[in-house]
Order: sequence, then structure tokens, then C-alpha cells
Amino acid sequence: MRLKSVVAGLVVLAAIGAGGGLWLTAPKPLPESHWQALAAPDLGNGERIFNAGGCVSCHAAPGAEGDAKRVLSGGLALKSPFGTFHVPNISPDPKAGIGEWTLAEFGNAMKRGVGRNGEHLYPSFPYGSYARMKDQDIADLYGFMKTLPVSNNIAAPHELGFPFNIRLAVGGWKLLYFNDAPRVELAGADPQVLAGQYLVEGPGHCGECHTPRNALGGFKAGEWLAGGPNPEGEGRIPDITPGSKTMGAWSTDEIAAYLETGFTPDYDSVGGSMVDVQQNMARLKAEDRAAIAAYLKAVPVR
Amino acid sequence: MNFKPVLAAALVAAFCSSTVMAAEPQEVRQQEMKAGGEAFGAMAAIAKGQKPYDAAVVKASLEKLAEVSKDFHNHFPKGSETGYESEASIKIWEDSAGFKAANDKFAADVASVLAALPADQAGVTAAVGTIGANCGACHQTYRVKR
Repeated sequence: MRLKSVVAGLVVLAAIGAGGGLWLTAPKPLPESHWQALAAPDLGNGERIFNAGGCVSCHAAPGAEGDAKRVLSGGLALKSPFGTFHVPNISPDPKAGIGEWTLAEFGNAMKRGVGRNGEHLYPSFPYGSYARMKDQDIADLYGFMKTLPVSNNIAAPHELGFPFNIRLAVGGWKLLYFNDAPRVELAGADPQVLAGQYLVEGPGHCGECHTPRNALGGFKAGEWLAGGPNPEGEGRIPDITPGSKTMGAWSTDEIAAYLETGFTPDYDSVGGSMVDVQQNMARLKAEDRAAIAAYLKAVPVR
Repeated sequence: MNFKPVLAAALVAAFCSSTVMAAEPQEVRQQEMKAGGEAFGAMAAIAKGQKPYDAAVVKASLEKLAEVSKDFHNHFPKGSETGYESEASIKIWEDSAGFKAANDKFAADVASVLAALPADQAGVTAAVGTIGANCGACHQTYRVKR
């Protein structure tokens, strides 16, 4: 009798634990109502956010140049320590792309990492940064992306090892690492620095490459923008804090000029995957590049 | 018995001359990129209006860039993939035809600008755009920061 009740008790506890775990790790979209009060999209600002976010770097067809980059057909293979992610089609094609997605569905993918069917999205799509974005910027981006050309390309499914191939596991990752808090506290910072913080920590998602990660794919504490080994292959991702050996000595004007032209103060050039990023940054207004530069001078030295 | 020290000395001399006299390819190509960057920088300063237009500076810069762009691809023999803080990507050896094509385009763009020497600041600005596009295009694929 006693053994039975102990076993029953354990079963109940396990069920509560599992249930609680499932609840804790369940996808948590924002309610439909959250997305209803927004103003009609400002397409100009949507294009600005599109460029700041560098959507084309991953979502255009690999090797696309010029106007072909506006076709967000997907297909790029993103290698990672967890496996290979195949970037999806996010053109407005109603079937192959996201043409039928509502603003709420788009917004919940961007800010909550939740797909159209209520599933967790992998953080290779950098919603861990986009969670910091303003709702109106999401709505403007949504409106702008509807104006882009369609593609009927369907990307290959992700090739991930166990346990990363189980989407539920992403819930555990979110529990540990997903939040919308500022990456660094910049008490009393001026408006330009705060504008830069928004662009870098939110849409620009600079930290996704420039911050080193632990074995579970979370950012290492206290190493924001400190750089590290390149998870996609050869070489290193540079430190971009004021303590950087490569660019710590650059002035804000020199950082902004690099983002505009792709040239360092001594006329070395941008390289690697930063080439695409820089080309997107070159499309921003000078004031946005200046804000990014001001923020990079204000973050803690690593 | 006297033969051994002589041979040893000869070997030492041969070893020293081969390492001291001929710079390693990694070093040669780094020096070329540095010289090319300086020449390009002198033109960029004119394009930005930081320095006045100076035909002699423009010509000398383009001649230096022509020299570098024609010779650069010669310094990537097998065995020089790493070392001396080389930032060369392994793709240079995996896709040597693609690397050569990128290098050839750089050389052709420099040669065409040099053939019709930019006569004013606007011309230099255009030249900086034409030539400069090659830097990132090649570094995107073939250069790795370490």
C-alpha cells in the first residue's frame, strides 16, 4: 500500500513537472489584439528597417546581385555547430513565401520566435534580437516586404542533429536565453547613443555574430560584442567594443565611414560576411550610421 | 675529416640565404596589399576632398596599384596557406580559377583607369569607386580575419 502511494505520488509529481516544463517551454505568441492598434505602414521606414536588418544577406538567393537581392527566395545554407539551417523563402508569394501571413503572424515570428502554425522557430532566425524592435517598425517592415517580388522557391528542410532537430527543445533555449531586455545598461546615455542601441541590439542584430556563444547557443555573459571564433567556418569574428584590437582606436566618424564605404581608416577593406552587412548599412541614412557608431563607442570594453 | 665542417658551413650558408634572402610569399602578398591600400588611400583622400587634386599623386598611385594588381596572384604557392599571420582563405587554393578571375578583374579595372588618367577630382572619385569595388568583392570570399 505504501509503495503504491509513493509510486503514485511520484507519477503525479512527474506529470506536474512535465506539464510545468511544457508550459514553461511552450511557444508564447503575443495576442492578436497586440497587433491591431498600429498605424498604417510607413513604407519608407519599412525599407529603412529592412536595410538595417539586412534581410537580404540571408534571405536572397545565394550569390544574388543588385535588384535580384530584393527577391527573398531563401535557399542559403547556414552552417552552425548544431547543423545546417536552410534559409526559408520570405517573399510575398502566397504559397512558397509569407504572402498570406497576417501582421500578427509576422510580428510573432519577429518578436516571439513563433511560426505561423504556433511552432517554435530556430534562433538562427535572429528573433532573439528582433524581440527588442518597436511594434510600429514591425508593421512598417511588414508593409514594405509586401511590395517586394515573389519567388516560388521552396528551401530544403533544416539538417540538424539530435536533440536540436526537436523544435520543443527550442523552448528550453528560450527559457534560458530569450528576453527583450537591453544587452547593456547605458544609464544617462544621449539620444544618439540610444538610437544606435536600438539599431544594433534590435533590427541590426549585430550581436548575433559579434558576441561569442556557449555550447547551448546562448550568448556568453559579459562578452557582448566581444567577438570570437567564426561558428560558420574559418577565422574569427572581430571584437567591436572600444577595446577591439582592430577598430578600438577608430573615431565615431571612421566607424560610420567604414559602414558607408567598406574601407577602414587605413584603406583595408571590409571582407567575409561583413561585405553584405556593410552594403546594407550603406543604404541607411548617415544619421543612422552615426548613431550605430556612437553606440559602439559607448558599450563596455571587453 | 676536414671535409665535414666545410660541408656543414656550406649547408648553413645555403639555409640562411634561402630564408633570409627570399621573403616568404605570405609576407610579400601582405606588403603588396599594404602598398596597394596606401596608394588607394591617397586617391580616396582626393576623392573626399581631404587633399587637393594632384595629377602626379594620382598617376603614382595608379602605377603602384597596377604593379600590385598584376603581381598579387603570383604569391600563393601551395604550402603558403597559413603562417605569418596570413589572412588568406583556403578558398584561394580550392577555387584558384575564381581567385585568379577576381585578381584579373582588379588588374583590368586599374589598367583602364590608368590608361585614361583621371583629370580632376570627379574623375578620381569615379576611379575610386571602380577600383574600390574590387577590394570588398575579393575579400568577401578569399580573405579571412584571424
